[in-house]
Amino acid sequence: MNIPSELKYTESNEWINMDGKTGTVGISDYAQNQLSDIVFAEVIVSEGDSVKKGDTIATVESVKAAADVYSPVSGKVLSVNESLAGAPEVINSDPYGGAWIVKIELDNSAELDTLLDAPAYEKLIQEGQ
Amino acid sequence: MFIPHTDADRAAMLRTVGIEKLEDLFVDVPEKYRFPTLDLPPALTEMEVTAELQEIADANESVHELACFLGAGAYNHYIPAAVDAIIRRGEFLTAYTPYQPELSQGTLQAIFEYQSNVVALTGMEVCNASHYDGATAVAEAVNMAYANFRGKRIRIILSPALNPQYRQTVRTYAEGSPVVLLGDGPDADLHADPNSLIPLIDADTALVVVQYPDFFGRIYDYTNLAESAHALGALLAISVNPIALGLLKAPGFMGADIVTGEGQPLGIPLSFGGPYLGLFATRKEYVRKMAGRLTGETVDNRGQRAYVLTLTAREQHIRREKATSNICTNQGLIALASTVYMSLLGKNGLRQVAELCFHKAHYAATEIAKLSGYSLWSPATFFNEFVVQTPVPVSEINDLLLDHDILGGYDLSQDYPDLDRHMLIAVTEMNSREHIDQLVEVLTEVSNG
Repeated sequence: MNIPSELKYTESNEWINMDGKTGTVGISDYAQNQLSDIVFAEVIVSEGDSVKKGDTIATVESVKAAADVYSPVSGKVLSVNESLAGAPEVINSDPYGGAWIVKIELDNSAELDTLLDAPAYEKLIQEGQ
Repeated sequence: MFIPHTDADRAAMLRTVGIEKLEDLFVDVPEKYRFPTLDLPPALTEMEVTAELQEIADANESVHELACFLGAGAYNHYIPAAVDAIIRRGEFLTAYTPYQPELSQGTLQAIFEYQSNVVALTGMEVCNASHYDGATAVAEAVNMAYANFRGKRIRIILSPALNPQYRQTVRTYAEGSPVVLLGDGPDADLHADPNSLIPLIDADTALVVVQYPDFFGRIYDYTNLAESAHALGALLAISVNPIALGLLKAPGFMGADIVTGEGQPLGIPLSFGGPYLGLFATRKEYVRKMAGRLTGETVDNRGQRAYVLTLTAREQHIRREKATSNICTNQGLIALASTVYMSLLGKNGLRQVAELCFHKAHYAATEIAKLSGYSLWSPATFFNEFVVQTPVPVSEINDLLLDHDILGGYDLSQDYPDLDRHMLIAVTEMNSREHIDQLVEVLTEVSNG
């Protein structure tokens, strides 16, 4: 299971990668593996939208399940990954790269402290298994 | 008499649950309610019951004995005998939801054929395996449009010329939701053409719903309305009479985003209002927002053509609270009946039925319009149904017609207070010229007082 150490994670299996005040968000390798073959992804927020931590930002469907993706932080949506709709399988093949979902400018960087670091996330998913 | 348990079986079951006699199961029911005396007549034999029920049934007057000019959403069409013969085959009649494709190829293929037929008829791209009826199909269109905009658009514009029962059903479904329904209030101008709905469309509008032909039988091209809706980002749903599509331009070519319809005219008996069939077709881009079952064609591991339920992740049993609708139930058998009907008639046969309806209705309208005291309510082009202004209340005319074994038209004052003394008359291929001439003759009696 790939859990990059530089990222922060949520209990609902999203990751966020910070660059200054901007965080890039996606779903973890563990999440894509649990969902299996992803056949559909739809980002349901648009550039300029304000989101709160826990808001639904995307929906993904695999051959056996449908799942919502929640925002790990509060802030403003700077951009969304338009290419996901046409190639949702990237979530399986490159969950931490090409399968980013949104970029969010954080309202409050302190919110990051509520997220899990890589060892804590690894522990969480091991307990879950 | 058909309960299979023996006394020994019952004794064993009572022992297992730890009671002595059956009555002990009911001790929680207050004693005076436990075994009320039922005032029943003496038991009858099967032969006697059949005779008695037949006598009761004989009190009905049906379209088999009457000349029927009643439509308003359900129509008296001829049903070829093969429809019933095929749907009564055990493989179809007893089939349940075909979750296991390896066991259900016949049922799945029938659903696939149904979907293909409806897509061809409506000019749309995808079609689900049906809803309950025309009314619930419209309500599902409203659900889908609302879900499509994720609650960000809440206005739904209903044409006042959409079947009143459909509008009531939409209101029932929308109860408790943020959806705002408008356009069909008591002040709506019933004579206005559909472009009169355009000023109501705004950036908060999710859907505009119209009917084709409309409830009053009128035919409009909704292309302009579709363009106006799309210009403001809204969707257009068109509720259709599928028989009319044998003759008229398909709503898909007018820019409809959703096409719904009452499938009853496609080989389904009137049967006191059901079971009927809700048609629902849309464009590919909305397929994941569409409720209901969907069958797809694929190949199996030997490369043979095969059918499966597809895109099931969008359905209620997986998406649960995230699904557009919790309706997955369909009218499988009735959808099959419509498939058999469409297949028997083919494109040309359906066109013939539609032409017969059209021409007979126009003959009737022309003859009635000649009568003193009667006039056609609208100059608009119509299909097989038209509104006639009558000299006396419609209910009085219908009583008289029934004395002559004629089932008269729909009394529009029931739904539209402004349309007192307005009758909606439907004509199908089942109405002979003699029927129509008889109708005109009885109407003449009324006009002469």
